[in-house]
Amino acid sequence: MFLEYDPVLYSRILTALTLAFHVIFATIGVGIPLMIAIAEWMGIKRNDPHYTLMARRWARGFVVTVAVGVVTGTAIGLQLSLLWPNFMQAAGHTIGLPMFMETFAFFFEAIFLGIYLYTWDRFKSKLKHFLLVIPIVIGATASAFFISTVNAFMNAPQGFELVNGILTDVSPLSAMFNPATPTKISHVIITCYLTSSFILGAIAAINLLKGKNHVYHKKVLHLTMLSAAIFAIGTAVIGDLSGKYLHEYQPEKLAAAEWHFETEREAALILGGILTEDNEVRGAIKIPYALSILAGGTPDTVVVGLNDFPEEELPPLWIHYAFDVMVFIGMYLAAISILFVVMNWMKKWNAFNRPLLWAVFAGGPLSMLAIQSGWFFTEVGRQPWILNQVMTVAEGATTSQHVDIMLVVFAILYLVLGVTCVKVLRRMFKNNPVEHELEERGITHSGNRKAN
Amino acid sequence: MNYEVVGITVLWTFLYGYLIVASVDFGAGFFSYYTKRTKKNHLIHNIIQRYLSPVWEVTNVFLVFFFIGIVGFFPDTAYYYGTALLVPGSVAIILLAIRGSYYAFATYGAKESGLYNFLYGATGLLIPASLTTVLTISEGGYVVVEDGNVRLQYGELFGSLYSWGVVILAIVSVLFISASFLTYYASRAKDSNALELLRKYALIWSFPSIGMGVIVFFLLSKRNLGHFQNMMDIWWVFAISFVAFIIATYLIWNRRNYGTAFVMVMIQYFAAFFGYGASHLPYLLYPYLTIYDGFTNESMAIALIIAFIAGLLLLIPSLYLLMRLFLFDADYVEGKK
Repeated sequence: MFLEYDPVLYSRILTALTLAFHVIFATIGVGIPLMIAIAEWMGIKRNDPHYTLMARRWARGFVVTVAVGVVTGTAIGLQLSLLWPNFMQAAGHTIGLPMFMETFAFFFEAIFLGIYLYTWDRFKSKLKHFLLVIPIVIGATASAFFISTVNAFMNAPQGFELVNGILTDVSPLSAMFNPATPTKISHVIITCYLTSSFILGAIAAINLLKGKNHVYHKKVLHLTMLSAAIFAIGTAVIGDLSGKYLHEYQPEKLAAAEWHFETEREAALILGGILTEDNEVRGAIKIPYALSILAGGTPDTVVVGLNDFPEEELPPLWIHYAFDVMVFIGMYLAAISILFVVMNWMKKWNAFNRPLLWAVFAGGPLSMLAIQSGWFFTEVGRQPWILNQVMTVAEGATTSQHVDIMLVVFAILYLVLGVTCVKVLRRMFKNNPVEHELEERGITHSGNRKAN
Repeated sequence: MNYEVVGITVLWTFLYGYLIVASVDFGAGFFSYYTKRTKKNHLIHNIIQRYLSPVWEVTNVFLVFFFIGIVGFFPDTAYYYGTALLVPGSVAIILLAIRGSYYAFATYGAKESGLYNFLYGATGLLIPASLTTVLTISEGGYVVVEDGNVRLQYGELFGSLYSWGVVILAIVSVLFISASFLTYYASRAKDSNALELLRKYALIWSFPSIGMGVIVFFLLSKRNLGHFQNMMDIWWVFAISFVAFIIATYLIWNRRNYGTAFVMVMIQYFAAFFGYGASHLPYLLYPYLTIYDGFTNESMAIALIIAFIAGLLLLIPSLYLLMRLFLFDADYVEGKK
């Protein structure tokens, strides 16, 4: 190892690595079930086998990503105790409840996913099979809900008293429903939906770009972009509320995200730019009043600046870049999906033109990048705390001697899992393209079943 | 009953659930791989796939449930076990990760892959070995606490007869539980070829499993005399376990009532596992941690128990539905659906 052994540093890197890998699968794990449900519902309602096939194909790919999501989720669940034993001791006393409930939600989802996947042709009524996907959607979203309350608690701990280092007067519900909870969970859940829509949309876009002109791909693109547009608008509204939450409860995170040094009213929002050694902002776009409006809704809201906080309690200032990446991509996704929906709505315009298809395709990987940036922003933004204002990261870490070796081993594991997962998924869909499957199932081009 | 005992009973029940479902799963993976190597796979492949495919994800949840639950009910375990078990715990995570994902890659992927099957089959036997480390170190003597630092003594762990005894017991038990379940499943499926092979496996692994159980029982007297004496006090529990084993093997040997035989195997392990657990109390980690000093605060305990009951109301009907569709539905089991 090149760095001096420090269990805190290595624990941080290993946790970041595991979570960054897990969140790829967790995000689509929350979002895709909803998309599957919508597609299957459309298939029933319009009696259009294209949509039913969509649900079927998505479910097939989904189960491979679920496997990786489950195993990396198990990994992070155990790693929390292995790498952060002191934190988990404190957390167990306060937020054992939502963690426990998350496993129930996961259990519920696991049971019905097993049933759903193996009962496609088992029931006479299609509606019966559709009903089975609902517990999966509920379970997936509920687990995101519960686990995000845990993260919200780490940002805004409450519901306990700390007397001489001992947790007393614990109120599990108040710990769970802390001030960070509403904005955190709504933002997490809706961006999972948004990202999943864009990833599925990107697959359709690339198929169309490759010249596969089947109406199936167009239906996929239309469905996913319409959903994405709705979720993107929701994301923007919630993003604004999150800014107001930060202003109220974690002003140092907001100030670091915006390189806002002086406490002032009529504060400007800074987009892009770089920070010089002596903390000067270069090359940024300044939007006057915008930060005050984001923080408090009015231009004369006073926004606390970085200079007013003790230096050892400040997060690293590079989180501004992560924040910007997230915001820019969010706006990009909203613009593209709305543009697509509008162009498709206007009959004389062609929404399926190549530049727009490329832009949709780019939205897939970009949305995942935004998820990563957003999580890095929120997590690094509360450094040096593991429990904001209560316990520092260093106090929560393990004292074990072997974290560096574990880091290497897990890095190799994730690399291997990631590569195999992509390989398997590609092979699955390459060997069985839509056109082939449509023919096999006797569905005509226009979406009717051939008379037998 | 006080909250502490309720908490540990809930967790122990889930661990028992994991023991059974995971054993079936791990053993099935191993048999599947082994028969592939010996070219007998065509006999049991379908049986195993038909059972495992809908339930593999559920199996994993039992384990997650246990380790999240124990941190909720007994937060201090996170401190002791978390610090001591970094390496064995990480090894278990890696094996579980390889197994879970390669199962999916092998089953849902477009192509048969020998490597994927190997990874999935081999890890099935290594996971029980790595997970049993937790039970081993709970007996005391493997963990030391110096200046507030918890350390696992690797020399002690790898050098002790007891820890190897537990590992072997775990592996042979996995193979026995799995084979006896799959025998039952094959009989339901009216698949006589699979039944013959699996019945043979069940009988092969039955005596090593009970033999290792007895050996570990006596090795424990050298390791933790107090715990051993507590076990002797409730000797009848282990006697029930032994009788259940005899009935199970008798039935399998005589080719009758495979369902009852598997229930007997479940009783055999239920009695032994709960007898072991009950006699271990009040210690969670001898001699540092008991269920009383590591327990969560009262309001959390009540909240967890309420959540647990509400959760069960949701889970039991769902699990029942799962079993009705895939375990007790004759047409599905026979491969007609």
